[in-house]
Amino acid sequence: MSANAHNDAHGHDVHAELGVAHGSMRSYMTGFVLSVILTAVPFWLVMSGKIGNPTWTAAIVLVFAVVQIVVHMIYFLHMNFKSEGGWSMLALVFTLIVVGIAMAGSLWVMYHLNTNMMPSHDMRQML
Amino acid sequence: MSTTVTAPSEAPVFYVVDEHPHPEGHSTALGFWIYLMSDCLIFAILFATFGVLGGNYAAGPGPRDLFDLNLVALNTTMLLLSSITYGFAMLAMDKDRVKATQFWLVITGLFGLAFLSIELYEFHHMIAEGATPQRSAFLSAFFTLVGTHGLHVTFGIIWLVTLMVQVHQRGLVVANKRRLMCLSMFWHFLDVVWIGVFTFVYLLGMLR
Repeated sequence: MSANAHNDAHGHDVHAELGVAHGSMRSYMTGFVLSVILTAVPFWLVMSGKIGNPTWTAAIVLVFAVVQIVVHMIYFLHMNFKSEGGWSMLALVFTLIVVGIAMAGSLWVMYHLNTNMMPSHDMRQML
Repeated sequence: MSTTVTAPSEAPVFYVVDEHPHPEGHSTALGFWIYLMSDCLIFAILFATFGVLGGNYAAGPGPRDLFDLNLVALNTTMLLLSSITYGFAMLAMDKDRVKATQFWLVITGLFGLAFLSIELYEFHHMIAEGATPQRSAFLSAFFTLVGTHGLHVTFGIIWLVTLMVQVHQRGLVVANKRRLMCLSMFWHFLDVVWIGVFTFVYLLGMLR
C-alpha cells in the first residue's frame, strides 16, 4: 500500500463526500476567456462612448454584467443543479429572489419618494 | 385510539431508524455556500443603498470628477487574473502537487495584493482631493460598498496565507483540501461581487 494510492483514495473521498463539481483546465480557461471578453467590451463601450445614447450603453453594460456573473457561477464556482443534491442551487435561487426584492423594492420606493416628496420651491404654499 | 394500537410490524415509520453516516466535513461545501449567500445579501443591501444615494452629490464631486476608468480596468484585470490563478491552484491540488499548489496560491495572493494596493491608492487619491466619505451621501455609499468588498479581499488574503502555512506544515490532507475549496468559493464569489461593483458603481456612474 503506497502513500500515493492512499492519497488518491483520499482525494476521491473528498470529492465524493463534499459533492464538489470539478473544474478542468479547459473549463477554467473557457471561463477566463469569456470573462475577459465580457469585461473588456463594457469598459470599451463606456470609455470610447461608441454608443452615443447613455441609456442604451447602460442597458448593454448591465446585460454584459449579468452574463458575466452567470459565466463565473458556472465555470469558476461550478454551480449546477446537481451539486449538494440541488441544495446549493436552491439556496442561490432563494438568495436571488431576496436580493431582487430588496434591490428593486428599495430603488422603486426611494425613486418615487424622491420624485413625489421633493420640497416644493413654491414659497406661497408655505403661507 | 384504535388507529395507534397496531401491531409493531405494521406501525408506520415516521423517521429513519438508522441514520446514514456523515463523514467529517461532508456538509462544509453547502454550509459555506449558504454563508456566501448571506454575504451576498450584505452586498445586495449596500448596492441598494448606493443605488438610492448614488445621485446625491451634495454639490460635491460626482463620479465623472473622481473615477479613473483606466485604473478601474487595471484593478478588474488584477482580480480576474487572481481568479484564474486560484483555479490553477485548485487544479494542482486535485493532482496532489503541493509545490504547484503553493506556487499558484502565492501568485493569487500577489494579484490580490495588487488589487488592494490599487484600490487604496484610488481611495487615498480621492480623500486627498477632499472626496471623503463625509462629503456627500454618494461618497458615503461608495466608500461603504467598495470598502466592504476591499475588506473581504483583505481577509481573503489573510486566509490564503494561513492556508499556505497549513499546507506547508501538513501537506494536502483532506482537511486542507476542504479549506482550500472553501477559500476558492470565497475568492470567486468576491470576483462575482466585483463584477457588480465595476458595472454598477464605475461604468454606470460614468454614464450618469
